[in-house]
Amino acid sequence: MPRAKVQRKSTSIDMTAMCDVSFLLLTFFILTATARQPDPLNITTPTSTYKIPVPDVDIAKLSIGKGQVYYEVAGKDIKMATLDKMAEQYKISFTPQERERFGVIQSFGVPIQSLKQYISLSDQAARDKSGLSTGIPTDSANNQLAAWILNSRQAVADLHQQAMRVSIKGDGEEDYPVVKKIVDILQKQKINKFSLITSTEGGAQ
Amino acid sequence: MAELDTSGGGKKGGGKVRTKKANTKVDLTAMVDLAFLLITFFMLTTSLSKPIAMDIAKPDKDEKNETRLELRASQTMTILLAKNNKVAWYMGEAGKSQPTVEGFGDIRKSILANKKAVADLYGNDPKKTLVVVIKPTSGSKYKNFVDIMDELNIAKITAAPAIDDVNITDAETAFLKGQGLL
Repeated sequence: MPRAKVQRKSTSIDMTAMCDVSFLLLTFFILTATARQPDPLNITTPTSTYKIPVPDVDIAKLSIGKGQVYYEVAGKDIKMATLDKMAEQYKISFTPQERERFGVIQSFGVPIQSLKQYISLSDQAARDKSGLSTGIPTDSANNQLAAWILNSRQAVADLHQQAMRVSIKGDGEEDYPVVKKIVDILQKQKINKFSLITSTEGGAQ
Repeated sequence: MAELDTSGGGKKGGGKVRTKKANTKVDLTAMVDLAFLLITFFMLTTSLSKPIAMDIAKPDKDEKNETRLELRASQTMTILLAKNNKVAWYMGEAGKSQPTVEGFGDIRKSILANKKAVADLYGNDPKKTLVVVIKPTSGSKYKNFVDIMDELNIAKITAAPAIDDVNITDAETAFLKGQGLL
């Protein structure tokens, strides 16, 4: 009589489906992850324990560092509409191509007079090297920052029917009077509420 | 993972010589491991790189608006932000009590102690809690300002802090100058 054989089963599992799913997810996360924008001013934000995330739309970002201020407003349509209003105010005309290119430029710190030249440069690396970025003029005689903020607030109100939020991204080692000067410009426009961008606290003190 | 070839288990002694088929299966375990590792990385970095905002409300600067909020001296703590990451604080009115100079490591204890003192004084009345006035001076850094707002958040000061960088009194300036902090 032959011995009853125990059926031996394979211990390996078919990984193909799992592999498919995991790579699908991986592709999704890679595509949705936005590359961190390099900061032209090399800002180190102070840390805090606050947990409120910054909204992505209808927000302007003022970067303060090295005594200079850079400006960015979120959204391509808003950027282009803001540029139109600025062009009208400062009597500078921009071509449709220049408008289109300005729509994808990140944080910038150039006076409006050299903005045309700044836009015409091929890419961000060339723009950083050009030496045109001297910060947006903020002195009371030539307050272009106030004009930028005011025009983008109007653009946001026209296009999105929303109130624009203002956020300040300041370098931790910046002197308080520099920040105060920018805040005073905001307060002149009756913006009394704004957000300070901070990074999450690493370890408890 | 080790693969056990159990294919020919059932039949034995068939007589026919079979050509052995090569196993076409590839071990995907390592690949799946790697994929999940990368998924975890991207998931965490997308959600963690979101910048965090601290909302600040400053008093309206309208010249016409002359109504000023009166604060009780006994529930007011004024914090002066000075040079070299130092703070000076005092309770009550300016010039009447000597300010205490501290670093940022100790200010939390002082805020909590004062909060408790005020709460005890008014019998835990929720309407009469500690009110903090923050006066950043010209010697302070932006970081100091963010830090002190954060300390107030940690200490759960419910009354909105007053941020006053305009009305720094002569007594306060003189004190900070005397300490070499301005």
